[in-house]
Amino acid sequence: MNSKEKFAYFLTLHRTGLTVLALSLAVLLFPLVESNPYTLGLTNLIAINTIVVLGLNLFIGYAGQISLGHAAFFGLGAYGSAIGSTTLGLPPWPTMLLVAVLVALVALLVGIPALRLSGHYLAMATLGLNFVLHTILLQWDEVTGGPSGFSGIPSLALGRFEFADEFRLHYLLWGFALLVLLLCLNLVRSGVGRGLAALAGDEIAAAALGVDTKTAKVKAFVLSAVLASLAGSLFAHCYAFVSPDSFNIFVSADLVIMVVIGGMGSVWGSLFGAALITVLPEWLDMFETYKDFVHGGILVLVLIFLPQGLVTGLIETVRIRLALRRSKDAAA
Amino acid sequence: MLQLEQVSKNFGGLPALSEVSFRVPQGQIVALIGPNGAGKTTLINCITGVLPTTSGRINFRGQPIEALQTHQIARFGISRTFQNLKLFPRLTVLDNVLTGLTCEGGDSMLMAMLRFPSLRHRERQLKLRALEALDRFGLANKANWPAAVLAYGDRKRVELARATVGRPDLVLLDEPVAGLNAEETAEVAEQLKRLRSAGHTLLLVEHDMDLVMTVADRVVVLDSGRCIAVGSPDEVRCNPLVLRAYLGQMEATT
Repeated sequence: MNSKEKFAYFLTLHRTGLTVLALSLAVLLFPLVESNPYTLGLTNLIAINTIVVLGLNLFIGYAGQISLGHAAFFGLGAYGSAIGSTTLGLPPWPTMLLVAVLVALVALLVGIPALRLSGHYLAMATLGLNFVLHTILLQWDEVTGGPSGFSGIPSLALGRFEFADEFRLHYLLWGFALLVLLLCLNLVRSGVGRGLAALAGDEIAAAALGVDTKTAKVKAFVLSAVLASLAGSLFAHCYAFVSPDSFNIFVSADLVIMVVIGGMGSVWGSLFGAALITVLPEWLDMFETYKDFVHGGILVLVLIFLPQGLVTGLIETVRIRLALRRSKDAAA
Repeated sequence: MLQLEQVSKNFGGLPALSEVSFRVPQGQIVALIGPNGAGKTTLINCITGVLPTTSGRINFRGQPIEALQTHQIARFGISRTFQNLKLFPRLTVLDNVLTGLTCEGGDSMLMAMLRFPSLRHRERQLKLRALEALDRFGLANKANWPAAVLAYGDRKRVELARATVGRPDLVLLDEPVAGLNAEETAEVAEQLKRLRSAGHTLLLVEHDMDLVMTVADRVVVLDSGRCIAVGSPDEVRCNPLVLRAYLGQMEATT
């Protein structure tokens, strides 16, 4: 091997780590280039959505299930942290952890019976969960603040360093998003991840290969709920205010759209989907009255031409082209 | 190694298998033959726990497995291929074969997410084994291809590689040469013999009589859910019941 080949081999071998490193550098430098608080606010929201979508993609894209109620877990995380750190006066970081554990238990209790269902029935069950939670948030005034929301949530802090402005929040939120991204990348490259991918491909084949399909589905569901809860807690502390409408079924639908448009079964797709669907409404402001039509039109076009989602679709197209070209070369 | 005693399976009131009994001895290739609808695939599905049996006992290495779930049976050391190929088209060829090592990849989601050096080391070894398996089936140069672009014969080979990469004690093969040409069939026959010499025990469901007669040590004949004959290929070939139920019927149609 000459040095050029060695370098190429090094790049291929460590491509995932190097990509994460490059992304981390970009995230580190971004606020130095773009310091407009509005833009930073938007990218911070992307980071929060990315955390939820990464988890949801494990459940939808990898394990091949469906959830139309993940905003419920997002909401539980947000309200849990809000109530814990404000009403009960608990310190925010441990509260966040406690809430995540509680949400995991809720997901386990809901998941064990619900995941005996599949397809449309599972979609309905998770949708139902979202309706129930939204109604509780609206009606249980004395605890949740009802329709007018819950305000006065303290910011997160490390010692006396408070994450109170967009600039500081950028590093906090993207730190979490990148960490979750890395953990998810590790997961999908492991035996557990391949088991989940097998489950999405064909449940009987997966079981015949030794995948405990029932447990794998519940585990993926609980993990995705915990990530949604984490994102919810960050959301609450970041905006200091939460209201029930941030966690209704339309938010759940948006999360699924982020998974699908980015690419089912693609970790990078989750990041891309979350980014695109978060900023798309802002970009489309120039269409004024027609912006919803354009928004819908773009989604429909993507699903017609790249039904596997933008990232997965493009990667697959390139890979198939490459494989076909190589087989032609080999034949020639 | 595998022992079936009076295994029956009813769908509603309809008997698909009636009191089927036979043995698959270690290190042999046993072929399961019978006309369409005889219950061959149903039997494979019962052995692997995809379908629960109605009655009867299935013992594997002396342990009853008829009440176990599919993944537990797989972890016991029984792997299988499918009549209608079940590869995962979105995964690469290598990843498809790696799914055959699921039982050895570790179960903990947390450990997988943290990916400590020990796990990385194990992953490398699994990858190496998967590549060796692909090499045995002549597919190492296509390891990084998406499974979706493979030709039919190659897909069958990937399925064989996936079913054998984990060194299972028993491999159930559901029509491994269906849809292959004569040359490819001969190649599969060689591979099956090689698997036998490597110590695998095979239960083969197959319509291709030439293949069955060349590779099988024992033949079990099913007809309408009943086991009508068990014996060496030559014995079965001469059995009048079998001739009437199966071979005769084939000769009449060809």
